[in-house]
Amino acid sequence: DAALATVGGASSSAGGDGGTPKPSVAVSAVAPAGAAPVPAAAPDAGAPHDRQTLLAVLQFLRQSNLREAEEALRREARLLEEAVAGSGAPGEADGAGGEAASVLLSRVTASVPGPAAPDPPGTGPSGPAAVSGSATGPAAPGKVGSVAVEDQPDVSAVLSAYNQQGDPTMYEEYYSGLKHFIECSLDCHRAELSQLFYPLFVHMYLELVYNQHENEAKSFFEKFHGDQECYYQDDLRVLSSLTKKEHMKGNETMLDFRTSKFVLRISRDSYQLLKRHLQEKQNNQIWNIVQEHLYIDIFDGMPRSKQQIDAMVGSLAGEAKREANKSKVFFGLLKEPEIEVPLDDEDEEGENEEGKPKKKKPRKDSIGSKSKKQDPNAPPQNRIPLPELKDSDKLDKIMNMKETTKRVRLGPDCLPSICFYTFLNAYQGLTAVDVTDDSSLIAGGFADSTVRVWSVTPKKLRSVKQAADLSLIDKESDDVLERIMDEKTASELKILYGHSGPVYGASFSPDRNYLLSSSEDGTVRLWSLQTFTCLVGYKGHNYPVWDTQFSPYGYYFVSGGHDRVARLWATDHYQPLRIFAGHLADVNCTRFHPNSNYVATGSADRTVRLWDVLNGNCVRIFTGHKGPIHSLTFSPNGRFLATGATDGRVLLWDIGHGLMVGELKGHTDTVCSLRFSRDGEILASGSMDNTVRLWDAVKAFEDLETDDFTTATGHINLPENSQELLLGTYMTKSTPVVHLHFTRRNLVLAAGAYSPQ
Amino acid sequence: MAEEKKLKLSNTVLPSESMKVVAESMGIAQIQEETCQLLTDEVSYRIKEIAQDALKFMHMGKRQKLTTSDIDYALKLKNVEPLYGFHAQEFIPFRFASGGGRELYFYEEKEVDLSDIINTPLPRVPLDVCLKAHWLSIEGCQPAIPENPPPAPKEQQKAEATEPLKSTKPGQEEDGPLKGKGQGATPADGKGKEKKAPPLLEGAPLRLKPRSIHELSVEQQLYYKEITEACVGSCEAKRAEALQSIATDPGLYQMLPRFSTFISEGVRVNVVQNNLALLIYLMRMVKALMDNPTLYLEKYVHELIPAVMTCIVSRQLCLRPDVDNHWALRDFAARLVAQICKHFSTTTNNIQSRITKTFTKSWVDEKTPWTTRYGSIAGLAELGHDVIKTLILPRLQQEGERIRGVLDGPVLSNIDRIGADHVQSLLLKHCAPVLAKLRPPPDNQDAYRAEFGSLGPLLCSHVVKARAQAALQAQQVNRTTLTITQVLSLSTSAPGSGSTTTSPVTTTVPSVQPIVKLVSTATTTPPSTAPSGPGSVQKYIVVSLPPTGEGKGGPTSHPSPAPPPSSAPSPLGSSTLCGGKQEAGDSPPPAPGTPKANGSQPPGSGSPQPAP
Repeated sequence: DAALATVGGASSSAGGDGGTPKPSVAVSAVAPAGAAPVPAAAPDAGAPHDRQTLLAVLQFLRQSNLREAEEALRREARLLEEAVAGSGAPGEADGAGGEAASVLLSRVTASVPGPAAPDPPGTGPSGPAAVSGSATGPAAPGKVGSVAVEDQPDVSAVLSAYNQQGDPTMYEEYYSGLKHFIECSLDCHRAELSQLFYPLFVHMYLELVYNQHENEAKSFFEKFHGDQECYYQDDLRVLSSLTKKEHMKGNETMLDFRTSKFVLRISRDSYQLLKRHLQEKQNNQIWNIVQEHLYIDIFDGMPRSKQQIDAMVGSLAGEAKREANKSKVFFGLLKEPEIEVPLDDEDEEGENEEGKPKKKKPRKDSIGSKSKKQDPNAPPQNRIPLPELKDSDKLDKIMNMKETTKRVRLGPDCLPSICFYTFLNAYQGLTAVDVTDDSSLIAGGFADSTVRVWSVTPKKLRSVKQAADLSLIDKESDDVLERIMDEKTASELKILYGHSGPVYGASFSPDRNYLLSSSEDGTVRLWSLQTFTCLVGYKGHNYPVWDTQFSPYGYYFVSGGHDRVARLWATDHYQPLRIFAGHLADVNCTRFHPNSNYVATGSADRTVRLWDVLNGNCVRIFTGHKGPIHSLTFSPNGRFLATGATDGRVLLWDIGHGLMVGELKGHTDTVCSLRFSRDGEILASGSMDNTVRLWDAVKAFEDLETDDFTTATGHINLPENSQELLLGTYMTKSTPVVHLHFTRRNLVLAAGAYSPQ
Repeated sequence: MAEEKKLKLSNTVLPSESMKVVAESMGIAQIQEETCQLLTDEVSYRIKEIAQDALKFMHMGKRQKLTTSDIDYALKLKNVEPLYGFHAQEFIPFRFASGGGRELYFYEEKEVDLSDIINTPLPRVPLDVCLKAHWLSIEGCQPAIPENPPPAPKEQQKAEATEPLKSTKPGQEEDGPLKGKGQGATPADGKGKEKKAPPLLEGAPLRLKPRSIHELSVEQQLYYKEITEACVGSCEAKRAEALQSIATDPGLYQMLPRFSTFISEGVRVNVVQNNLALLIYLMRMVKALMDNPTLYLEKYVHELIPAVMTCIVSRQLCLRPDVDNHWALRDFAARLVAQICKHFSTTTNNIQSRITKTFTKSWVDEKTPWTTRYGSIAGLAELGHDVIKTLILPRLQQEGERIRGVLDGPVLSNIDRIGADHVQSLLLKHCAPVLAKLRPPPDNQDAYRAEFGSLGPLLCSHVVKARAQAALQAQQVNRTTLTITQVLSLSTSAPGSGSTTTSPVTTTVPSVQPIVKLVSTATTTPPSTAPSGPGSVQKYIVVSLPPTGEGKGGPTSHPSPAPPPSSAPSPLGSSTLCGGKQEAGDSPPPAPGTPKANGSQPPGSGSPQPAP
């Protein structure tokens, strides 16, 4: 345990070193090249490997004249050595004890914001020290062998594992031998063992390339790439262009393969079969790869069927380990604060009462009482400190409740109406859209770096008067809020200038006072919707920021970008509070859980991860998508997650059990937007194929098999036909559906830019 | 789901010659083969890397097309300075050249004359982004409004028409909206309209089609009733609106069989009754149907062609053949047939050759009356220059003799005289431009007489005129292109926002071509009828006002068939060419309307619609 703790420390200081005054230019030049965490060493190989990497790091630090950091690391390293000497292997035992582990991890992750604060190294595309710390998370604490930041000269250390080589001419034979064996094995094993093909293929190819057997590598690729599953095509394309050892240094995809073990889930029987075969054949080459680069998650019981496997595989690094999804997630909703709903004739009075800074009243109203009792799955109310409700928020909540009473009950027989907002003449390209919760404002982010805010109600957008004018206003008057607004500025549209690149994400704050936008220029900007000016530019991601979203309670927000991390921010901190690192490729979309305690991220590595905001841990890894994930949404009750990817499929997940529970097929292109209706009966999905589709969410979640076996093994049987869940398909006129929104009364608002062919 | 697909990846590498070329352009003359090889490997790899990153930006930009800016951003990711000067190109027009055994792709940079740029008026300022809301669906049902795509896209209509048994897959477009609520069409009707085709449908008595009832919703029935009444009614304004609706509304396919039957039956009845006005109205309906880009008309062509042909070659189309301008109807219908041929003729149905045969047969026949003769020639002439060249020109001499026989000979009947006169001017009108192209310039009266007999001298003077016109037209090319661009920007600027029933897709397609035609019309027609070229062009650019002008044509209830026929063809000729949308803003060319209204104009000089 102590070993782990110190590693955490070491990593933090290693990460921190970049923060010492070093020109950021230099850092960014270095970072993309090769800053990558050293792979988690296998538990048994831990100690010597650690030392090797540590030495490499020290060497690098010396080269870079980072004396302080070097000193610090040295101190830590000595500690580490002692610790290793002292406790050795027991530290890695899986059953390290939940408590201890979580204590340690809290230390690991608590230290994350530290190094990230002064920043740059944390923005390297392959993620800083925190990567494997939180990536493997509490799920597999024992596996965290060592963490270090590597640099270009030492990339060879990363690749060194490829050094041991067999006869390059034999590779094809090895592979086809294994192929023959697997194809001839029993049906029940064949599907499971077939999973080996892809990772083996990749690693054998990389080994050939690394050892500079170009021609062999080429012919190996030519011969066998056709056998791989079609969903690996994108990665294969990257691989195919990689033909030289020199190329391997900077190639991120390649590093992903190297630094993270490909995870396979195989039943014990199948595994034994494979092992026996490899031993019989003395096929050391393959055995070595299996040992070093693959993580085989063995389970007892029936081998899985081809379908079951196909549903779960597809991500860049194989399936999620089973332990990764075992930790508890508080997916319930927080208790709503009790606000008394004034009767209509008391409207005025209610407002006045709330005008004073008064605590909630004990009186209850029938409308709000639904959510009064504590959900057993909900996190403690103050698990995450949330901002206090302001008076205006309370008013809004009251409005919301009133609207709720007028809400349409949706169902297969009562489909919602869809109102489509078309952005016309958006030749520059519409890249992001958001709608306020009360559906009064629409924001569009454009590729020409502008953010435009429209009012879709008759109420025009007005900004606050200049300071000089404001001082003239009688502050005591009743309509002071009205008086501070400048009538002259009233217009339907306000344009916000400030970004210097396409705006890929936009999000309104729940109180409609702020707007966030994230852009290619690497910043997230906070705009005031009172003055229509930029208040803060949050710099941290250095690379394009693909998405950002406000917490449902305001104050916090999350952003994710090309640097492969998602960051949690608070509006009043210019540095991130948490860095969620672990994805192996760009973080394409980020969403807050309705209870604000979790953040879900969808990535180009074809996984969805759920992060705990409290401690920064990754608590769920969902695999099964076959393409980069571009949309995410939580069900209103917080139990389910729906994700959409470029492959046109929408997958449904049960957060509590960590299982895939549904697959919705129908779209023929990237699913850009997903949204549940306010009561969760309908899931709407919008896509680049110019359609909006409505799905029966109730039915999709209805007959969940959540028996113990399924939960324990994670083997799911998806219903064959998702067509019967499809309630409607609505074509637009060459308008990709970029955003979907359910109004409080369950009317669907969809938005997209008309793109003439 | 994850069916085993054999994928094919090929590792493309730049040819090493490219490196040589680049090196040469940098001033490095001698570069070793080995170096080239190394360079190409490296460059190919880097290019692929950047392309893969650029794709990311395309996806995040919610686009289907990679743009140059994506590449720029990808370069920026790699800390490389982006390429400047490749912005805002819709595509990069690489040109290909080969020679000396070398193949080369290059980026063509045209030399631009600065004075040209200075002299061309500034393009219109692009419209700013705006938001427009419409109902994509109302309680699960997609309303058939222009902002939404047509309920059944053309491909689907075609699929239903050709393969009724496997149309409408479950869970596909059709299914969704219909399931929610039984509004309008019953689910069966996807196949249902199959039934409508009357027994004359050629082919396959053996093949059994699923029998189902074809129902129209109440709304559709009302619409059908309104439209058909307006189309043949007395109010010209209403008619224009109705025709516009037929020409542009996207959701008419269910009613198509009804319209088709309505037209063919209507023609049958009205030919017998010699009701010229109604025949014209029906032809305008055909034209409107043909103009609707969302309709799959192939299935009904067999019903429409006989009707249209009837209006071309029928012996008598009106009550008073000596006064009424049935010639215009024949011209118009001939143009329709030509359009049908152009759109629907294939090697399997041979529509064009069958039609040509019909025309020639009746023309060659000695006993054919002048009216039919006129129709046949008009029909042939509209089919294009080739047809004129091969079928009409060789018979000019013979026809000339026949005409002279009537015009110069003893007065047999006034009707024959008028007919012969019309045939003569028709022949002159169509043949002159063709001859102008075929024959080298010096136009000699005698040579023409020798070749074409009695028509020779007249032809000669017409050819001379045609040449002059061609020259004039060449001068005006500039102007035409200008107007086209204007129209383009106008039509694309407000897609879907059309306050009328224009819609994003329909606007762009029809309104562009027609204008082109129209301009050429205006320029080629002798100035006698239309005002000057540019003037009329301007008029048609004002697109959106629908009917007003036409209303003047026929305010009286009906028979006075004079106004409609005369006012009809010319606005027809032009307005329908314009996609049916742009009725002439104000006062459709008054010239043709007035001379005919009094009906006394001698037909010879009148023939006021020489529109080609």
